[in-house]
Amino acid sequence: MNFWNDPLKVAADWLLGIFTGWGMPEIAAQILIGFLGILLLITILMVLDIFLVWIERKVVSRFQDRIGPNRVGPFGLIQPFADIIKLLIKEDITPGGADKVVYNIAPMLSMMSVLILWAVVPIAPKMLGVDLNIGALYIIAAGAIGTLSIIMAGWSSNNKFAMIGAFRQVAVMISFEVPMLTMLLIPTIFARSMGMGAITEAQDIWYVFLAPLAALIFLIAAIAELGRAPFDMAEGESELVSGYNIEYSGMKFGMFYAGELLHAFTFGGFWSILFFGGYRFFGLELVNPLLAIAVLVFKAMLGYWIIMWVKYTLLRIRIDHMLAFNWKFLTPLAFALLMVTAFMNALLANTPSWLYISGMFLSNVILAWVALEVARSYSRKEREKVEMPKPVVEAAHH
Amino acid sequence: MTGEQITFLVVALATLGSALMVVTTRNLIHAALWLIATLFSVAVIFALLSASFLAVVQVVVYIGAIAILFIFAVMLTRKDMRDQSPQLNKNWWAGALLAVLTFGGLYALLQGWSGLSRTVADIPSGFDAVAELGTELTSFTGYVLPFEVASVLLVAALVGAVYVAFNPRSGNIRK
Repeated sequence: MNFWNDPLKVAADWLLGIFTGWGMPEIAAQILIGFLGILLLITILMVLDIFLVWIERKVVSRFQDRIGPNRVGPFGLIQPFADIIKLLIKEDITPGGADKVVYNIAPMLSMMSVLILWAVVPIAPKMLGVDLNIGALYIIAAGAIGTLSIIMAGWSSNNKFAMIGAFRQVAVMISFEVPMLTMLLIPTIFARSMGMGAITEAQDIWYVFLAPLAALIFLIAAIAELGRAPFDMAEGESELVSGYNIEYSGMKFGMFYAGELLHAFTFGGFWSILFFGGYRFFGLELVNPLLAIAVLVFKAMLGYWIIMWVKYTLLRIRIDHMLAFNWKFLTPLAFALLMVTAFMNALLANTPSWLYISGMFLSNVILAWVALEVARSYSRKEREKVEMPKPVVEAAHH
Repeated sequence: MTGEQITFLVVALATLGSALMVVTTRNLIHAALWLIATLFSVAVIFALLSASFLAVVQVVVYIGAIAILFIFAVMLTRKDMRDQSPQLNKNWWAGALLAVLTFGGLYALLQGWSGLSRTVADIPSGFDAVAELGTELTSFTGYVLPFEVASVLLVAALVGAVYVAFNPRSGNIRK
């Protein structure tokens, strides 16, 4: 077994040899190696997270026609470390009347809900934490813990802005979970498995070509789940100051902030895994696992960049508009798409692949067109109602 | 004692301990959070039994939806969100009686059950429990009828909830 072909396996075998050589029972050594693997993955992710701060600041500055951090180190690369030192030495404030235990658990849960997502991310062929056959559901379960962390933070802060922010954010998260879960079922139909590894392996053709509408809805739901603009009314700095994390200072705030950035990157990764073939790129992943990791990171960064692009381009939507958009447009559309996809899948199951792909693609396009037409006629009706002259005389009677 | 048994004992203790905290803590939000801990421990027990689908569904449905709605309900219905409500009402003796009777009944029932002493058969490798479950729930020889009845019940509950909450006067009629 060559080190370059499967570095993790070689490292694990090497460590197993050392640990059993020390007289450790094999099962204990296996558990210890498992823990070391988790530690390694989390360390890499946290270091990546530090640079995500730099990337985010650099990208937003370019979108806003600024230069961004460029003073500390080359291209401002040392800037995130300066930020971290600043966060660490800030005074740690707990507001009066706060529920201390819940207040301190919330940032940890927030970070945890992002990190546990990586347990099911296939970063290279046969290189993933757990090949869970219910990976799609696992993503939603991890999101549930994220929701919990936000409501805990908002409630325990003893601050009404934090409370309102948490209410809004949780309302958004549990609403957009519905189209998101529905869209996770579409790659499941194609791949006949909910496992992230199996979905990646089944994508001889990227699923975005089979289901472009599903990819789009998943992206919208993911952005809402992240609480980023245009769905950032939870933070709504002009009305809520900063929302659920208003009372947090120092590294506790840093946990929320870093968690959000890593979450965005992670959802970029899931988007690429579900619809853009994950680590697969024209057989490049078979050459070397490190190349596969590079492909996945590149695709995830591209997804992250699109999320940033949306965030820094669009304005905030009002909360009632957003919930109406979800429940009256996105959720019915997602259900219709799921039904159409399942039906087409059964209809085209035994046909040649070009017919299958074009049939799926066309059904997606037609459904998107119908949905847009329905939305357009509805908005026209609404506009007519608003433009109608108001009955002044009748109003005077009341 | 095997590692599996130790894990089970720890998780079972966590389940029971947090369940006890649910009913003894005086702060309603804390009770809801302890309930989440209980439900999560139950999910861990499912995972220990290799029922990964049930474990994840337990987290999605009970923690992600029901417990969050509990917290919402408490927060929206109470004036002061940190109020201390009384732990007992005047029916406490009936509740205690029912609990003791249920426990005694279950204990007596399980005494004569052979399943307690049986060892679990190993799951063959490559056994896909999720696929098996899906086939059972959709095949006509399996559980398709109960599954569909449950779906109809849920839809009926949904429609009923909308009907109760819908106010025709302020609903879609513009003033």
